Amino acid sequence: MPNFFTDNSDLLFQFDNLEYRKVVDMAEDNYEFSKEFNHAPVNYEDAMENYRKVLEMTGDLCGNFIADRATDVDIEGAQFDNGKVEYAKGTQLNIKELTKADLMGLVLPHKFGGLNFPLTIYMMATEMVARADASLMNIFGLQDIAEMIEKYGTEEQKEKYIPGFCTGKYTGAMSLTEPDAGSDLQAVKLVAYQDESGKWFLRGVKRFITNGNAHVHLVLARSEAGTKDGRGLSMFACFADETVVVRRIEHKLGIHGSPTCELQFNDTPAELVGQRKFGLIKYVFDLMYRARMGVSAQALGISQAAYEEALMYAKDRVQFGKAIYNIPAVANILIDMRVMLEYNRSLLYATGMYVDYKEKTDYVIAKLKKEGKPVTELTEDLKYYTKVANLLTPITKYFLTECANKITYDSLQIHGGTGYMREFRIERLARDARITNIYEGTSQLQIVAAISGVINDILKDLFNGKEKKQYPGGLDRLAGFLREIRGIFYDCLKYVVDKKDNAFQDVAAKDLVELYSYLYIGYLLLDEAEKNDKKIFIANRYIITSLANAKKNADTIKNELFSDLLHADKILV
Amino acid sequence: MFKSIVLVKQVPDTANITGKVMKDDGTVNRSMLPAIFNYEDKVALEFALQIKDTYGGKVIAITMGPARAADILRECLFMGADEVYAISDRKFAGADTLATSYVLSEAIKKIGDYDFIFAGRQAIDGDTAQVGPQTAEKLEIPQITYAEEILGIKDGKIKIKKKIDGGYEIVQCKMPVLITVLKGAAEPRPFQAKRIMAYKGAKTLTELEKLTEGNSLLYVDTMKHEYEERNLFIETYSADDLKVDESRCGIKGSPTKVHKVESVVLSGGSKELIEPTRDGMGILIDKLLEDRIF
Repeated sequence: MPNFFTDNSDLLFQFDNLEYRKVVDMAEDNYEFSKEFNHAPVNYEDAMENYRKVLEMTGDLCGNFIADRATDVDIEGAQFDNGKVEYAKGTQLNIKELTKADLMGLVLPHKFGGLNFPLTIYMMATEMVARADASLMNIFGLQDIAEMIEKYGTEEQKEKYIPGFCTGKYTGAMSLTEPDAGSDLQAVKLVAYQDESGKWFLRGVKRFITNGNAHVHLVLARSEAGTKDGRGLSMFACFADETVVVRRIEHKLGIHGSPTCELQFNDTPAELVGQRKFGLIKYVFDLMYRARMGVSAQALGISQAAYEEALMYAKDRVQFGKAIYNIPAVANILIDMRVMLEYNRSLLYATGMYVDYKEKTDYVIAKLKKEGKPVTELTEDLKYYTKVANLLTPITKYFLTECANKITYDSLQIHGGTGYMREFRIERLARDARITNIYEGTSQLQIVAAISGVINDILKDLFNGKEKKQYPGGLDRLAGFLREIRGIFYDCLKYVVDKKDNAFQDVAAKDLVELYSYLYIGYLLLDEAEKNDKKIFIANRYIITSLANAKKNADTIKNELFSDLLHADKILV
Repeated sequence: MFKSIVLVKQVPDTANITGKVMKDDGTVNRSMLPAIFNYEDKVALEFALQIKDTYGGKVIAITMGPARAADILRECLFMGADEVYAISDRKFAGADTLATSYVLSEAIKKIGDYDFIFAGRQAIDGDTAQVGPQTAEKLEIPQITYAEEILGIKDGKIKIKKKIDGGYEIVQCKMPVLITVLKGAAEPRPFQAKRIMAYKGAKTLTELEKLTEGNSLLYVDTMKHEYEERNLFIETYSADDLKVDESRCGIKGSPTKVHKVESVVLSGGSKELIEPTRDGMGILIDKLLEDRIF
């Protein structure tokens, strides 16, 4: 009876080390909610106990029920018949159980029937759901649609859309992508127009819409006729009535349980959410950043599952008279996988904390403003948290989704030919992982999103503080390596900036972002190693590897590797 | 609107046996085993909750066991039970099925006024499947065992599909009735997060006493009051509360004595091939007579 929460010592470590008081105090309105809802926590300890118990229950559901259905869900997949999308039988059961367990409104406010959990806890649940069945995460994660309406909608809209998510009546879809607007959402064409009475209608086509058969859609549409860029786009909410037609669903490499739809909106009645013209630049930006965290957690869940498959297989598989686990070259791969897995998890939940601080501070500011109280101090906090969260989110997405591909790749490698066969779980996991570094912004776009924060060195004070810290024993040596990496980073940064060549900077951005990330992750792991002896191994391998990688990043930049881009046409024959 | 009482039991997790779990007197040393919610009782609770979902009413879960059995009462609350009671007293310890069903039936009488009593077919520790039927006998109500499906409730009667050897039977019965259910009859619902959050702190008096160890009785009383206010107090019925005949409780009231428990390893002996002929048959009969099998 595996419980995906209690059987995961690393996840438990992260949970036990959450420094969460401020976030929870803010999220629960200093526990005022408990007066109205008997499930709302009465104090911080009670809230943490709630989180733990609910994660435990989620772990049971994921480990003992959802995981068992994942293979069938993958084989059956979502079906499209006669204009209707039908989930695989296992998916239907999964959604039913998640709903009964109150988990489909995990992040939604108490007053609409949700649990009001902050993002980091939500990510822990997401990780477990994805470990059980990556394709289910897409549907579970779309409660964020209701969360957006909660954040930016009118009271009336909230009443109308949100409770249905908590009761399982509705699922959501974020309808952004179009045939000609993928990474470049500024090119969105779907038209939003008003009739004489001012009512909005949507007309046009959306493509690659995850869970496009949902009941509630958030749609990015061109509300300003004649415009061509992002400033002409607004966000709309609508129900999937008969005017929303699913034209087809895609046949995909992985995540078969999650239907990916092509949609046609035929004069669909819709409601403007938030302010006009802010659709892309504010709301989608916000939605995408949360979704990037969700996909990171999805990638981590897949990595966890793939790592376990590899470890189990390596211990079972006997070749040359011994389990291949005992072959140093194999054990070395496994340790690499474990280090990736653990640093990924540290990074995800550290970033989650910043996002939580950002969101909850934002929430408190809005509340205080309403009450006519001063917010100046909090505004400064908010600025800082936003800045850091907006840097760390793309970094997290970049590393976790790339690592999920690497970990599933290595796991399959350890399985040998067997892993290439359908009978083994790793075959599915490798396919499922492949989308994570593509959707919600490709890895290349995560670099674009992170680079300005890196160039502006926004974690400077944090790193300065860490450099002053005295680490005990062998950790001090590692701290020395991190100082060395920081030197390399500044050296490379100066080189790139001085060069004043945009094309060069564009390609060097990946190396710069990586260099900067080694520092942040390295310090995270050092701090963890102080708390737990086992983490010393993780910090040690990560930081030593990172130093080697940093030197390689530096060589790439300073040896002008990219100068041949000018001759691309000659090379790419 | 129907009121159901569900009999639940905490059992040792026999799938994970370690160490010396059997005492010399043949009873189970519970402290050596992880304790879990007997699965078929969970299915029984699911049945009761489904009736509540369809017809409205109330679901009450009761368990007889040591103090830590309160764990499964909390789990009943997490699944959706409206009320739970612990039936616990040193005097109940060591009870066989006869003594257990006696105490349970007295507790049920005290709660009173019910339409259904649900129980799992059997518990995985004793595997006797006797407690349900014996309880029905003591309450002098009808029973339906091995239920697989509720087919309907109408005019004070319930129609049930029950398993029999090689098939099933559809029976109808007047209420109140005791029903024991089989493993595959329903999938127990997951715990509800909101109910976990609301009831995770529910405690019995024994647990409160443990929590306030070293403090005055007065303090325990204050705590009890506070827990009652917050709907978090789990009532415990003791031998005194139930006014039971103590000679019928616990080890005193249990005629069943386990003589010895052995681990039997089955192994095959020698074999002999006998031709399927008339002569062969004769040889076979001689052999059987020789071995006193006939």
